[in-house]
Amino acid sequence: MTRKRRRLYILSAALLIFGGAAALVLTALDENLDHFRSPTQLIAEPPAPERGIRLGGLVEEGTVERSVDGLSVTFRVTDLAESVAVSYTGILPDLFREGQGVVTTGSLLPDGTFAAREVLAKHDETYMPREVVDALKASGQWRDDETGHSESLTQ
Amino acid sequence: MTEIAAFFDMGGYAAFVWPSLGLTLVIMLGLLLQTLRQLRVRQRRLADLEAQGAQRFRRQPGAQTSTTGRQS
Amino acid sequence: MHRFANPARFTRIADRVLPFVAVAALASLGIGFYLALFVAPGDYQQGESVRIMYVHVPSAWMAMFIYVAIAVASAVALVWRHPLADLAAKASAPIGAGFAFLTLATGSLWGRPMWGTWWEWDGRLTSMLILFFLYLGHIALMHAFEDQQRGYRAAAVLALVGVINIPIIKFSVDWWSTLHQPASVLRLDGPTIHASMLWPLLITALGFKLYYLVLVLLRIKSELIAARLRALDLAKLSAT
Repeated sequence: MTRKRRRLYILSAALLIFGGAAALVLTALDENLDHFRSPTQLIAEPPAPERGIRLGGLVEEGTVERSVDGLSVTFRVTDLAESVAVSYTGILPDLFREGQGVVTTGSLLPDGTFAAREVLAKHDETYMPREVVDALKASGQWRDDETGHSESLTQ
Repeated sequence: MTEIAAFFDMGGYAAFVWPSLGLTLVIMLGLLLQTLRQLRVRQRRLADLEAQGAQRFRRQPGAQTSTTGRQS
Repeated sequence: MHRFANPARFTRIADRVLPFVAVAALASLGIGFYLALFVAPGDYQQGESVRIMYVHVPSAWMAMFIYVAIAVASAVALVWRHPLADLAAKASAPIGAGFAFLTLATGSLWGRPMWGTWWEWDGRLTSMLILFFLYLGHIALMHAFEDQQRGYRAAAVLALVGVINIPIIKFSVDWWSTLHQPASVLRLDGPTIHASMLWPLLITALGFKLYYLVLVLLRIKSELIAARLRALDLAKLSAT
């Protein structure tokens, strides 16, 4: 066997071993990354109360209610199948609005509502000028679903 | 707001847009300058070393001098 | 391949090619940024903050592309022992590290107003941070050894081990529930960026790529001289 070929074999074996190591790393990553659950997942497998978790989905249309002093807000997060009521006190990101994606961190209260400590906005992968969106809306072509956002936000 | 002011305001996001552009310029320009400077330094060192080597070669007894018979 | 191993030959070719690549890089970057800042519209939901995309996305693409280039060079170095391969890897790593840093920094500056946070340990951001650390490790290994060859070898191994991170970065937004949105350009259904923004992005990205080419050619040329200097130093030492 030529030296070059032996090096090739060694390299391949090493890559296979490292592939295995990578699988382990991925698993470790998986457990330590910030994931969020959808409303369906939250309802199906409720976490222990007071345990900090993340809930993500869309802000359900017509559910945003701000408190009189403007500091608190309640709204529902939906994945178009189930929805969960969320309460939050604090600053909301610029992009927060009905129909927008959100990722909230907090805990599930015994009454089934979600007390959020943090509310982040998640936007989809669409980039368009305002004029184009307006034109699409005017001609009734702005997305099929009522929320007007891509499916990726409900993941 | 004047057009120029509006441009610099970046729709209210000036504090985020301009530092992003600035950082990009600094890093890309910085890498280029560092590369060029390092190249120049090394080229100069190489030229010096090769000149020294040539000198040493000419000083050796019995070695050929250049055709012009110049002393080093 | 070994035709290009000759340092003088590489330097000759590089010197001839560099002016054209440099001009092309300047042109693409100039046109790209002009379009990005003055012609492209704001986004319907992100407004003018979308201008950050024109530095954030090309930086991310370069950070990943350069790492793959280093991994390829490392495999070539380990298997075929091509002398320029190690130099190409050494020359590229700082550039890749710079772009990885820019990706993280500009991403952070973009995320704060849009998402509401400077940082999130989601799949995309975390794996990009890991990429940055891999670059730093690669640079450290290159400089850690008295014997430069050992540095080349160790760095090459690190580069190949870490290459698994590249598909992780790419598919993180699909595999995990992430705050970072899915791909807008490189996807099966076609780009979801409007043409008025996509073209400035692509032209700018081309400029970044050409800039890398200019820099890496200069740096390999520089490394060749450094190697020659080391050899001369060794010769002087053994001669005394």
